Order: sequence, then C-alpha cells, then structure tokens
Amino acid sequence: MTNGGSLLPIIALLPFLGALVPGLMIRAGRNACATFTAVPTIAALAMLGVLTPDVLAGNTLTASFEWLPQMGLSASFFLDGLGLLFAFMILGVGLLITLYARFYLSGDDPMGQFYTYLLLFQGAMLGIVLSDNILLLLIFWELTSLSSFLLIGYWKHLPEGRQGARMALAVTGSGGLAMIAGMLILGNIVGSYNLTDILAAGDLIRASDWYLPALILILLGAFTKSAQFPFHFWLPHAMAAPTPVSAYLHSATMVKAGVFLMARMWPALAGTDAWFYIVSITGLITMVLGALIALFKDDLKALLAFSTVSHLGLLTMLLGLGTEKAAIAAVFHIINHLTFKAALFMTAGIVDHETHTRDIKRLGGLAKFMPVTALIGTVAALSMAGIPLFNGFLSKELMLEEAAHTEWYENDWIVPFLATLGALLSVAYSLRFIFHVFAGPARDDYPAHPHDPPFGMWASPAFLAVLVVLIGILPGLAQPVVKMAADAVTGQDLDFYLKIWHGVTPALIMSIIAVVGGAILLGLHKPLDRIWNAVPRPEAKVIFDALMAGVVALSKGLTEGLHNGAISRYLAIFVAATVALVYAAFSGGTLSPPTREMLPVPPVVAVGYVLLMAATVLVVLNHRQRFRALVLIGIIGLMISAGFVYLSAPDLALTQISVETVTIMLLLLALHFLPKTTPAESGAALRLRDGAVAIAAGVGVAALALTFLMRDFNSISDYHLANSYEGGGGTNVVNVILVDFRGYDTFGEIIVLGIAGLTIYALMEALLNGPAARRLRNADYSQDRSRDRHPLMMVVATRAMLPIAVMVGVYIFLRGHNQPGGGFVAGLVISIALLMQYMASGFGWTQSRQRLEYHTMIGWGVLVAGLTGVGAWLGGAPFLTSIYGYIKLPFIEKFGLGSAFAFDLGVFLTVLGAVMLMLYSLSRIARYAGETVNVEPMDYDPSTKRELKQPEGN
Amino acid sequence: MELLVASAVGVLTAGGVYLILRLRAFPVILGLALLSYAVNVFLFSTGRLMVNAPPVLNNYGDASYTDPLPQALVLTAIVISFGMTAVLVMFALGAYLEADDDSINMRDEIDDDAARADAEEGGA
Repeated sequence: MTNGGSLLPIIALLPFLGALVPGLMIRAGRNACATFTAVPTIAALAMLGVLTPDVLAGNTLTASFEWLPQMGLSASFFLDGLGLLFAFMILGVGLLITLYARFYLSGDDPMGQFYTYLLLFQGAMLGIVLSDNILLLLIFWELTSLSSFLLIGYWKHLPEGRQGARMALAVTGSGGLAMIAGMLILGNIVGSYNLTDILAAGDLIRASDWYLPALILILLGAFTKSAQFPFHFWLPHAMAAPTPVSAYLHSATMVKAGVFLMARMWPALAGTDAWFYIVSITGLITMVLGALIALFKDDLKALLAFSTVSHLGLLTMLLGLGTEKAAIAAVFHIINHLTFKAALFMTAGIVDHETHTRDIKRLGGLAKFMPVTALIGTVAALSMAGIPLFNGFLSKELMLEEAAHTEWYENDWIVPFLATLGALLSVAYSLRFIFHVFAGPARDDYPAHPHDPPFGMWASPAFLAVLVVLIGILPGLAQPVVKMAADAVTGQDLDFYLKIWHGVTPALIMSIIAVVGGAILLGLHKPLDRIWNAVPRPEAKVIFDALMAGVVALSKGLTEGLHNGAISRYLAIFVAATVALVYAAFSGGTLSPPTREMLPVPPVVAVGYVLLMAATVLVVLNHRQRFRALVLIGIIGLMISAGFVYLSAPDLALTQISVETVTIMLLLLALHFLPKTTPAESGAALRLRDGAVAIAAGVGVAALALTFLMRDFNSISDYHLANSYEGGGGTNVVNVILVDFRGYDTFGEIIVLGIAGLTIYALMEALLNGPAARRLRNADYSQDRSRDRHPLMMVVATRAMLPIAVMVGVYIFLRGHNQPGGGFVAGLVISIALLMQYMASGFGWTQSRQRLEYHTMIGWGVLVAGLTGVGAWLGGAPFLTSIYGYIKLPFIEKFGLGSAFAFDLGVFLTVLGAVMLMLYSLSRIARYAGETVNVEPMDYDPSTKRELKQPEGN
Repeated sequence: MELLVASAVGVLTAGGVYLILRLRAFPVILGLALLSYAVNVFLFSTGRLMVNAPPVLNNYGDASYTDPLPQALVLTAIVISFGMTAVLVMFALGAYLEADDDSINMRDEIDDDAARADAEEGGA
C-alpha cells in the first residue's frame, strides 16, 4: 500500500517549513505568532487523519526517495500503528502546548523564537517516528537533542537553564553517538538500513555475534534519551525550562523517544535473555528510585520530573519483559501517562504562574482560590496514583499483573515486590501533589494572590483531564488505538480486551496494598522527610560536573600539548615522519638492477655543480646575514638554469632564469622592511636536531632520485611526442603539452597565480589600513636610502631597453609554440622590463604612466584562456580542444596560427598581471614608509641643466 | 651526471629543510626557495637525464628527444612556486609590520621565555 504514503514526507516536513514563520511573524503580535505555529500542526494532524483509516485497517504506508544510495541512505518514511499513535501524540500535545504557551509566556520572552524552536523540535520528533531508514532516524534523533537543547535553555538569562540544557545535550547527545554505532552494526548484520527489513530480520539479528554490542549501544541511546538509571539525572535539571517545554518534552515527546525506539526495535531485538535482564532490571530500578526521590522533592516540577523518570522506568520494564501482554500494557500506559502527565505539568505551570512559587512547602489550600485548576490537577494526580475510574489505574493494573508472574533468575517475589513498592511510592507522591498543594487550610502568605487563569490557559489541561476520565471509565474507547499500536510493536494480531474489572486478581491485591501503603506513607511524610534530608546521598550533578571538567581538562591538555603553536616543531615532526614512512615503503619492496649508464661529466658542468653546492652550503651557514643569503640564492638559481640548459630543457631554463630575477627583486623589496639579520635564537641542541632531520631528508631524497635515475621506465610521453605536430600544431612539445594536451592543468594554474596576485593585493590593502601603516610611518629607513636614487645612467639604459625587452618578449611569445618560449616566459620577460622602469625612475613616476590596471589584466588573461576553451564547444569538441591552421601574410613567412595561440595569450596576460600586481603591492609599502614621491624621471636631468627638487609627499 | 643531480637535489633538500625549521620568517622563506629548487629538479629528473635532446621536433631524420612531460609540469611549478613565495613574503611582512616580530611560532612561547628570563634576572 503506497497510495497514501506520499503524504508522509509532507507531514514530516511541515513543522520544519512552519518553523521559519513564527520567528518572522512575531512582529504581527503574540496571537498571530501562536496561530501561525498552530497552522502547520493542524495541517499535519489533518493529513494524519486522512491516513488513519488505512492504518487502522492494518496497512503500513510507505514513501521513499533515494538520497545517497551508495551509503544505503534513503529518505524513506513509513507509517504503521505505533508511528501513527506517536505522531498523533506529538502533534496533538504540540497543539495544546502552543495554546498553553501563548498564555504562559510573558511579554518579555521572545515568543517568535520559542515557537520556532518548538516547531523544529516537533519536526524532529515526527521524523523519528515516521522514518523508515535508520540512518534518517539517527539524523532526526540528533536533531531532537539539538532542538531540545535550544528549548531547555530558552531562558538564556538563567544559569540553571543553560546548565540544564548543556547537561541534557551532553547526556542525550553522547547516547545518540553510541546509538549511531549500534545502528550501523545492525545495518551491517541485516545488509540494509531500512527499518522494515531490519524488523523482519529479527532471528538473523539475534543469532549474530554482534547482537550484544549492537543491543548495548542502541540501548545506551534509548536509556539516555528516556532518562533511565544511571542517566536519569539530566531530566530534573532540564526542568529549568519554561513549563510548556517541560510539559511537551517530558510527557509526550523527547523522553518518550527512547521508549518509542525500544518499542520500534522490539521485534528485532527483544526476546533474548540479554534484552530481558538489561531492560527490565534498568526499568525497575529507575521506576522505584524515581518514585522514591519524587516523594521528597519540594519543587512541584521536580516532583513531576522524578515521577516522569519513574513512569519511564515502568514503561522500560514492561518492554523489557518481552511478552505480548507487557507490550499491550506499555502501549496503553504510554497513552495514559501522556494524558495525565502533560495535564499535571501544565497545572504546575499554572500554579507557578499564579502564585509565583513552585515550592510545595509554601503552598496548600489552593482549591479555594483556583477551583478549576485544583479539579484538573486532582483528576490527573489521581490517575497518576492509579485510582480506579481514572485511566492510570487500568495500565497500572496491567503492569502489576505482568509483574506478578515475572521471575528473575528463578526468584518469583522480587519483581512483584519492587513493582508494588514503586506503585506504592507513586500513590504517595501523587497524593502529596493533591493534599499539599490544593487541599488543606487556605494560607495568606502566598507570594502572589492566586486565582484561576484565563480559559485559554486551562483549556489544554482540562481537555487532557477529560480524556483521563473518559478512558478511565470507558476503556473500550482506547481499545482500537491500543490494539493498532500494540500489533505494530509485536508484529502480531493480538486479541485482548481492555476493561476495568478483572475480578480479584493478584494485581488488584497489589494495587490495594499500594494505595493503602501510599496513604500511610503520606501521613508519615514529615518525619520521613527529616530522615531523608539527614541522610547523605550522591549528588548526580556534582559527579557529572566533575566528569565534564575532567574530560575538558583532558582534551585541553591533549590539544595544547600537541598543538602548541610551534610551527617549526610541527614541521620537524612532519619531515621526520615523512622520511620514516618513505623509508618503510622503500625497504618494503624489491628493487630491480640499474639499467642505465651514467652520463659523463664535462669539466664546465663540474664547475657549475661545485658552485651550486658551495652556494647552498653558504646560504645555510649565512642565513642570518639576510642580504648575503639573497645573493647566494641568486647563484643557486642561475646554476639550476644552466643545468636545465645542459640537460635538454631550454623552456625550463628560460622560465627559471626569469622567475629567479623577479623572486630576487621581490625578496629585496621585502627585505627593505624586515630586519637585516636574523637573531641567533636556536640553541645547539635544536640546531643538532634540525640538522639531523635535514640530513635524513636530504639523504633520503638523493637516494630516491639516484635510484630512479639509474633505471628506465615507460612514459606516456611518446604519445605527446608523436602527436605534438599533427594534433597540436607545434614542434615545441613542452609548449604543446602546456596549451593543448594538459591545457586544463595550465588553465587551473594561471587561475591560481591570478588568485595569488589578488591575495597579495588584498593583504596589502588590509595591512595598510591597520596598525602596520602607523608603524611604517614612524619607522626610520633613512639609513637604507641611496643619495642617488634615480641615477641618470640607469634611467637612460632602461628606457632604451624597454622596447627591446618588449620585442624580445613578443618574439618569445610568438615562437613559443614551435621553439622554446611561450606565454609563461614572455609574461615574465615583459614584467622584468616593466619592473626596471619602476626601479629606475621610482614608483610614482612609473605608476602615473601606467595605463592598464594589473587586476584587469589578470581578469582578461583568465577570460581569454577560458573563452578559447569554450570556443571548442562551438565546433562540437570538448573544452580546450585546439584547432590550428597556417596563414600567409605579405612580407613575412607563412606561420601557423591556432586556438592554442589565444590560450597562450591568456597565460601571458595572467602571468604578467599577477607578477606585476605582486611587486606593485610590495612597492606600495614604500609610500607609507615616508618615501618621497618622484614626479620627474631622474634625480639630475641634463637636458634642463638644473637640480630637480623632489616634492615631499606620501 | 646522475650522481651529481641526485646529490644536488639531496643537498638542496637538506639545506631547505634545515632552513624551514628556523624560528624566523625570512630563513623559512629562503628554505622554501631551496626546497622549491629541489622539488623542481627532482620532478624534472623523473624524465631521466639526456644531453642535446630538447623536446623540440625537427625535420632531420629520427632524432631522439628527452621526456617533455616532466618539463611541462615543472615549468608551471616554477611559476606557481614564485606565486607561493610572494604570498609567503607578504604574510611575513604583514606579521612583522603588525606585531614587530617575524617569529613563526606562537607568541606566548616567546612571552614565557621572556618571563622566565625576567624571573631569572630577578632572582640573580
């Protein structure tokens, strides 16, 4: 059946879509805001209503969209009886809470935010109950943790609110992490992440070796969410939230998610001893412990919180028993608990709202002042106590009946005893809620004058109280719903009938003991309370805080120990680790014998080699004398260029030598503003360590290089050599590779270069607007300054050289496709020619004559290269396919012209623009450093026969 | 020849690594320059060494050519390493001008050292 299923994703999505609205609508007023919150909820409820008949008939609705099929993740939803029950609860109570919160929250609270959070949470909960894929379920599961964090901490100004929210997030979030692991194991066992598949594969799962780990991990998630012992402590602390939140999270939704999950997984996981003992023991302990603490809490909400813990324990125990009847009781109690607990929370909120206190010791006798509230509270509390004619009685009877014949390790009295004790304590605190708050003599010392709230505020709890009584008197009304959900839990067609009178059964006797005992206990409350307060108990919050502090300290120590900001240490570790790994890889394989002869070494090459080595060693030795080190770096660059020439790489030689020139210029410019020497900081031990690391790296690289240099290999280059002329239209194979075969790489690289240029420009811009500009103005660079800054000889020489250099650049560019050269080299050559103008006549003079913006040049370069690539599409060929032809112009020889030419032009423009922008940015600092701006080309102009004065400026 | 190239790459690497482990920005930039040389020559040499065989096609019979692919890769690498050096220079310059210190490690370490030195002076 999938016909109605298409509504499911819409239902799950509605609250999320709706969540955007209240935050925006708050300006339209509180009523409008609340109304717009109710709209998606009502719409979703209506859609559920449409689907209900189908589900009641026993069908399961599904809807599925592939999301990440490779990971088994699909956005699939399904709706069966259990899901439908929970969806109705979530949406129905959500609607009641929306109404209640409208009256509860004061005008100072940001109501739009509240409703947004509420809808987010509602959507997450709906997602959990409707998900068919467990990975999707996990996402919604974590979303409930996050959105409940926002809701619990809604009153940001209260420290308890923030702490409670953090604790809830830490506990439920880490439980969620455990559950993720458990679910993944489950998915692996079954081979599918679809819940329907998993539920059908219960036998396979229970037989698997991984069953126990999966079970424990999933239960960790469920127990933390449902506040089971020993994770129960977060729930009372979450009471710092506004009461509507407490009523919603702790009656119908958040804490029920764990119970829901256990019920959902029941067919897959239940039925083993492990499940039986872990779940039922945890549940029973939680039930008794929660009820015991609740009895002695004076805060109304704390009392209700611990009673919630106790009732969740009851539900957990029932699910743990693993019998069909227990499942029926659990489902029935989920409904009943929802009705009376939500009503009680809202009643407590009303009391708090009207009297300004929740302390039971300061209350009492309220029935006279607020009869309606008292009536609602009494009805709900009697149901919680399990008094006949209220719905709590029915499910409690079922629970006691199940407990009466449950054995733990062949012990047949412990479970009935503890269950009766839990019920007895539950009667005691429920009666305390009635007698110590509403009954008794009226007082005259309430912090505020109590009276019944407006109808809107008590409408929601009153509605729930009516349900309590209706189900209590006519349990048949709930019969179809309970059957629908219990069938879904157990996966069977159950035959049962809910009724009030079962005859004199053990359960009835236990019930009577509980009511009588509870009444007696309440009578003894005063002396017992004194004893309780005198006995020391472990305080969960203290333990939790200590644990958190320990974890924080550990991670802080780890982070700061490993990541202490010493970059040189990271680098040393990185290099050493790389050397070790490469050594391990290298020594792990086998090595074939050398196949190549060594080339002979002519004397000139030997000299160059010695120069290179000596310069390298000298750079290292002299690195503190920064200027000297630069000169030596220049020698290294030159020798490497020469090496490229000798070893058949003319293109590389050209590029290297021009890059060398601009690099040295760049470093010289930078050095002007940096200290001229490096202080000797590192001690002998550090130098020794670095030296050892460096030598290890050097030896490793040299050995690796020598190893492959002595051996032949198969290269794809034969293809390039063979196709360069026919396919790429050029004889310079390196250039053809750059602009054609691997044009995409080159395209990316010029973009990177352009970005580098723009980055430098932006950094400089930011720098010169910050404190650095001030520092620069105050620094004294006068001793660096030459008296002859723009010498005549140099100015004249560079002027004469400019056209020649440009011509050389153009020549190199044009011939690049067939002879060594090309866009990269041409761009560098022309930028050097331009730079010389800057050097000779200064920044101001040259900049005023510069017509093209360098940024634009970068942009044009990338654009031209990109458009050339796109041009290939017009011919129906892939991006960057090149075309070429031969052109004969008068007076010059026939030459080839192809799209590669245009591409190379783009490369040329980008390189020129980027290099010039970088150097231009650096030289701009000089103006901030109080350098004078020259408007004349040279210091002394012989044509005017007079000394030029330089105007001051910056 | 192969031995010379391999040893040159090794020495350049060793020098570069030593310099990038220094504590100030300028030697680190020098070290990166040396490392760029080393890496570029290393990559270039993966095409094996040949003399008088540039990968420029000629019409005179069956000439042999050296491997053009590493050359093409190294050519762009040279230009890109220039860009990288320029960006680093700008970082170093910016850091120095903003903080009056071109140390590459985090400052609190230096402060700790300074505090310790102060304490020792005070004690002495």
